[in-house]
Amino acid sequence: MSRPELQAPPEIFYNEEEARKYTRNSRIMEIQSELSHRALELLALPEDGVPRLLLDIGCGSGLSGDTLSESGHQWIGLDISRSMLDVALENEVEGDLLIGDMGQGLGLRSGVIDGAISISAVQWLCNADKSSHIPRLRLKAFFGSLYRCLARGARAAFQVYPENLDQRELILSSAMRAGFAGGVVVDYPNSSKKRKEYLVLTCGPPSISTSTPNGKGEDGESSSDDDSEDEDNQTVSISDRHRPKKKQKITKKGKGREWIIKKKEQMRKKGNVVPPDTKYTARKRKARF
Amino acid sequence: MRLLTHNMLSSNIKGVTNGFPLRIEIEKVVEKQVDFNADFLRNMFPKIEWKALVGAARTLGYVELPEEVEPSRLDSEDFLRKFHHALLELHLEEGALVCPETGRRFPVSKGIPNMLLHEDEV
Ligand SMILES: C[S@@+](CC[C@H](N)C(=O)[O-])C[C@H]1O[C@@H](n2cnc3c(N)ncnc32)[C@H](O)[C@@H]1O
Repeated sequence: MSRPELQAPPEIFYNEEEARKYTRNSRIMEIQSELSHRALELLALPEDGVPRLLLDIGCGSGLSGDTLSESGHQWIGLDISRSMLDVALENEVEGDLLIGDMGQGLGLRSGVIDGAISISAVQWLCNADKSSHIPRLRLKAFFGSLYRCLARGARAAFQVYPENLDQRELILSSAMRAGFAGGVVVDYPNSSKKRKEYLVLTCGPPSISTSTPNGKGEDGESSSDDDSEDEDNQTVSISDRHRPKKKQKITKKGKGREWIIKKKEQMRKKGNVVPPDTKYTARKRKARF
Repeated sequence: MRLLTHNMLSSNIKGVTNGFPLRIEIEKVVEKQVDFNADFLRNMFPKIEWKALVGAARTLGYVELPEEVEPSRLDSEDFLRKFHHALLELHLEEGALVCPETGRRFPVSKGIPNMLLHEDEV
């Protein structure tokens, strides 16, 4: 399926049905919680046991915020989708919730927030959903207001799914222009499935403590390819912002005739109108007719 | 929405220079118990706009907070309990937040303020 960002604006894509589906899916729950734990770790809060006041931007139904609560922190969650926030209410999340559009800037006082996470949300800003939307300006409003509301020295850790290199650069340069120091941390860069990237930003002038942490799971020596399972034993390495994403496998060979016939059969069973299977089904087309 | 969040929120309508504190309009207030944590309160205290907290708590019907407060009060458990209650246990459930400069209302429903701006406010 194509990326959600390309299908509809977030407040429409995450409608009641999608919000429920999203939050009940155990695979999604597991992944979001893992991403949130990693983001919280990347915030590198002082290990003094003191609960902090954190932001969860694009908090959705609260899967990410729950991770913050489990660690004892207080949080404020912002999301543009009322339906996602309603599910968060049903799940009795502990944070306070706000309906808001991060692209309009955060309406928060200066220097009061101890850290911010955002899980799978910021790439939405790269899309223009209305004629008045200019991604560059919305990113500027967002990062500018984020910079202001964070306490000096506080960090932001955002897991993002940029669609391509341009989007990654656009997001990163907007953050830098707002005054942040930091960069992109890539976990499991060698795995097409597990590869995840995080924007890790520090508020305030660069110092030793603002150097970008290492990504997980790039294991310099062996050139092991996809999906090594012993993820926790893999450590080390640099963030590599410029490594192009691997192409998805299916684009090389296509899905094959069998797969297509099976899918068509499934669609027929659902009562859909599907063209008959012929010798042309799933045949490779010439580049030009 | 708790008063902790109210104390952080500021109206960011284009052109507004002082959007803090948002005025509170009440339809319904609820109380929910939260675990007491003195460390959190002490850490939070320097960032709180005290006058705004006192005012907001009053509006919600809680009048136990002192008008002025010395940091030395943070050693008093009695004081911390009151601070805790005002900051974390009182919720504006239904009502509105109002921009002090423009009078624009941000409705609060089921405890969630709707801070979305109209296009001409961005
Ligand atoms: C994939 S969900 C992630 C939700 C949650 N962080 C989690 O980990 O489960 C992305 C969320 O970003 C929100 N979102 C997208 N664009 C937004 C915007 N401009 N302002 C605020 N939230 C936005 C969507 O409504 C959606 O809830």
